[in-house]
Amino acid sequence: MSKYYLNYLDELESEAIFILREVWAQFQNPVILFSGGKDSILVTHLARKAFYPAKIPFALMHVDTGHNFPETIQFRDDLINELGVSLIVGSVQDSIDEGRVAEERGKNATRNSLQITTLLDAIESNKVDCAIGGGRRDEEKARAKERFFSHRDDFGQWDPKNQRPELWNIFNGKHFEGEHFRAFPISNWTEMDVWNYIKRENIAIPSLYYSHEREVIWRQGSWIPNSEFLILEDNEEVVTKKIRFRTLGDITITGGIESEADTLEKIAMEVSAMRQTERGNRSDDKRSESAMEDRKRQGYF
Amino acid sequence: MLDNNQLLRFTTAGSVDDGKSTLIGRLLYDSKSIFEDQLEAIENTSRRKGHEGVDLALFTDGLRDEREQGITIDVAYRYFTTPKRKFIIADTPGHIQYTRNMVTGASTANAAIILVDARHGVIEQTRRHSFIASLLQIPHVIVCVNKMDLVEYSEEAYNKVIDQFEEFSSKMLVKDVRFIPISALKGDNVVNRSTNMDWYQGAPLLHTLETMHVSSDINKVDARFPVQTVLRPQSDKYRDYRGYAGRVSSGIFRVGDEITVMPSGFTSRIKTIDSLNETLEEAYAPMSVSITLEDEIDISRGDMIVRSNNKPEASQDIEVMLCWLHKDAAKPRAKYSIRHTSNEQKAMIKEVVYKFDVNTLERLTDDKEMNMNDISKVKIRTTKPLMVDSYRENRTTGSIILIDDTTNETVAAGMIV
Repeated sequence: MSKYYLNYLDELESEAIFILREVWAQFQNPVILFSGGKDSILVTHLARKAFYPAKIPFALMHVDTGHNFPETIQFRDDLINELGVSLIVGSVQDSIDEGRVAEERGKNATRNSLQITTLLDAIESNKVDCAIGGGRRDEEKARAKERFFSHRDDFGQWDPKNQRPELWNIFNGKHFEGEHFRAFPISNWTEMDVWNYIKRENIAIPSLYYSHEREVIWRQGSWIPNSEFLILEDNEEVVTKKIRFRTLGDITITGGIESEADTLEKIAMEVSAMRQTERGNRSDDKRSESAMEDRKRQGYF
Repeated sequence: MLDNNQLLRFTTAGSVDDGKSTLIGRLLYDSKSIFEDQLEAIENTSRRKGHEGVDLALFTDGLRDEREQGITIDVAYRYFTTPKRKFIIADTPGHIQYTRNMVTGASTANAAIILVDARHGVIEQTRRHSFIASLLQIPHVIVCVNKMDLVEYSEEAYNKVIDQFEEFSSKMLVKDVRFIPISALKGDNVVNRSTNMDWYQGAPLLHTLETMHVSSDINKVDARFPVQTVLRPQSDKYRDYRGYAGRVSSGIFRVGDEITVMPSGFTSRIKTIDSLNETLEEAYAPMSVSITLEDEIDISRGDMIVRSNNKPEASQDIEVMLCWLHKDAAKPRAKYSIRHTSNEQKAMIKEVVYKFDVNTLERLTDDKEMNMNDISKVKIRTTKPLMVDSYRENRTTGSIILIDDTTNETVAAGMIV
């Protein structure tokens, strides 16, 4: 093979850095949407590369549902300190207290869809014109058609049938007052690519991704962590299992898998042998076949 | 997966009836890229719709409207990996009213798969898809003669398609065309070699995609570095640091190279090439790096760093093959914003030279109105010079888009002649 070509990870990295620099150049006040999950950690790592030796020129924005894993919050705060960037928190609890949204009821109640209002409020009140997310096209079928630069109208809504065409590597982020964009630098990465890259770069991720012992209950085909927010059914029993999480969301809806993988090498090995998609353990996506698309249209991540 | 594995981006064009979705489904299924829960969802839908067995085509349907109508209306991206390569599929619809989506999918592709129904041979659509592949300069075209099971796996039927294709494609500029007889439905020659066509000596589709030589498709001669932004760290350690951030479009830059900044024409030498935690001796396409220079020169976004002995043309008048993307027709002599690499200027379409009939490839000189999906040769005048190469030489510095300032929409995409 000739010398002058990039391998697939280098090419994905270069593409993501290019997108992040375009965001910086085309918008006034971009932020990185930071959930504490591996994808937003990856985006933050790539932003560090894109602007080195300068600091990351974006704030991190966290939509806090209040239903967090404590580990995630600790990780977030440590990272903020290390990078010297500022943090914007949009609180779902505040949105509930202000009467902007109403809490769902019942055993499967989550604050997942409530995040939409909090996110859009935080975008508006902080005058954010581009929110950079860690969404990937391989995650879910509605995301397969998402653009790198994705337009949102002044209600924060996505119109999947009327998206701007994106050709070559020319990105059009022009927008009117009140509208904003979402940018997805790791659109072309798969879950496997993310893990291979995290392993290669030795990127720090929350301990939740590694195998650990935890109190859990078995619900809808996965191990849901026990927490103060969990409402137990009569037939449900709390047990201690050695598990790890493939994705991180709210503690109420993120299911773990039984695993012994306690190093990045072992995790990457495990993921490559997986026969279920990572969102298969997310009950927010199980509600209907177009659950993700419906939330995205309204302004979801 | 090995660390030196490459990425291959390919596009698939074909109409609903050509079996395009089935082919993609087959590629993903036979290469074990479909997860169990995805397969389960498809099985459920297949059963609900009364299909026999698993309808692999369902796997590629994305948005709700499409699932309901059973057609692909936008570009959807799919991913799969084999031990040899990572693949990105730009799955585009084939109808004439979606020419713009085909153009979009083709713009970043290394290879195009064109599907032909073995029973019908080369039809109008085949010509259109091939024309777009050649216009967008996709380096490799693979013509899959599909539904071979419906013509009794006949070599004669396959050869007939090849003859038809070669007859019309001789007028086009495609560097590398290959033919493969397949049945996406039955799985012949997609991932696994067919046992029904002993007369075919070539490789199955997946093997072809895995082994195709693509690193030579990148232009390694003309060193071009459009500046995206300037990095100026506000820290004591890097007080005087001024890094020009960008992605190498083509060619190779080395430390010590004599460079010229366009359009200003100032010259200097490359002092360092930086990325996080490492300094590099050289940078080549498509690497994203930060370049520092020996001299302090005024450089900003939209400028281009090039090697002094090999410069692009700086021009305000360019000829472009323009694909109109927007539902509102082009306005004669109206002003648009033009984007070329990181450079943005104002531009006016001065003249439509001719319009293509994308089915017959005829040049129309009497009908020059540019509506959505039309492809025309036009003359464009810009307010300031753009640093351009021809699209044939350089897909990055040879491409532009037009933006309507009244709506902010991307309305056209162009390839510089």
